[in-house]
Amino acid sequence: MKSPLGSVALFHFGPVPVTAAVLTTWVIMIAMTLGAILVTRRLSLVPSATQAFFELLVETVDSQIGDTMRVAPAPYRAFIGTLFAFIFIANWSSLVPGIEPPTAHLETDAALALVVFVAVIWFGIRAGGVRGYLATFASPNPVMIPLNFIESLTRAFSLLVRLFGNVMSGVFVIGIVLSLAGLLVPVPLMALDLLTGAVQAYIFAVLAMVFIAGAVGEAGAAPHTFSQGTP
Amino acid sequence: MMNWLALVSIVSAAVAVSFGAIGPALAEGRAVAAAMDALARQPEAANTISRTLFVGLAMIETMAIYCLVIALLLLFANPFLK
Repeated sequence: MKSPLGSVALFHFGPVPVTAAVLTTWVIMIAMTLGAILVTRRLSLVPSATQAFFELLVETVDSQIGDTMRVAPAPYRAFIGTLFAFIFIANWSSLVPGIEPPTAHLETDAALALVVFVAVIWFGIRAGGVRGYLATFASPNPVMIPLNFIESLTRAFSLLVRLFGNVMSGVFVIGIVLSLAGLLVPVPLMALDLLTGAVQAYIFAVLAMVFIAGAVGEAGAAPHTFSQGTP
Repeated sequence: MMNWLALVSIVSAAVAVSFGAIGPALAEGRAVAAAMDALARQPEAANTISRTLFVGLAMIETMAIYCLVIALLLLFANPFLK
């Protein structure tokens, strides 16, 4: 049986091996970029059907950010929205025959978790400065520094494992059932897989929001208590 | 002579998944039951409750998925079998 942890190189781009997951990711990225350019090229005050649909989408993302983070959504809209849209499309790309979702491979999820990990630091530093952000590690008291530090690493790791485990197990189960039973038997499982994919994309985005909100909230509040000695 | 390491790996992978699923299953049941209770008492807070429920379920589910990943590591990427 093919190992779900490994991946096979399709072709080599110079010395760099390119796997099917990377290729699918590139196609999704190009499609999303072109789609965004096409949709936003001719914006009007009286929206067409397409523009109205995408405005609805952006408004939904905005309201979710507002509900979860309790801040104005503007600085986070692009990051969270892109994250959700990419993971959603990547999870549902299994609808195209012959394509395995790139999120079913460890590398894609590791990259996404790394992006969130860096984004938490970036937004935290932007909200409270380097001092303010570092002070959040000593948040209740300095004894918690090692724990907070480990937590920031493990929650990125758990993001990675959660997305990978859910999507990969769906693909894996469909493969097993397909090899045991006939052609149409895995269809209900595939429907369940679509639901899981949508929920996981939503959860990844919500958890990214929660982590960023934690860093921003604490870092934004920290300078009043920690930097009183500096002019 | 059988390869004992392979046998132990396969058995412990099965044990990891089966016992690792018990705790999260009970916990998810409790979480959903509590959310249903809250929904019945306060239907107007459905949005907040379901969002929190989803995030909480994802957190709980991660425990089971850790076990799954350990099982897959044992089966497919076992460092002691190579």
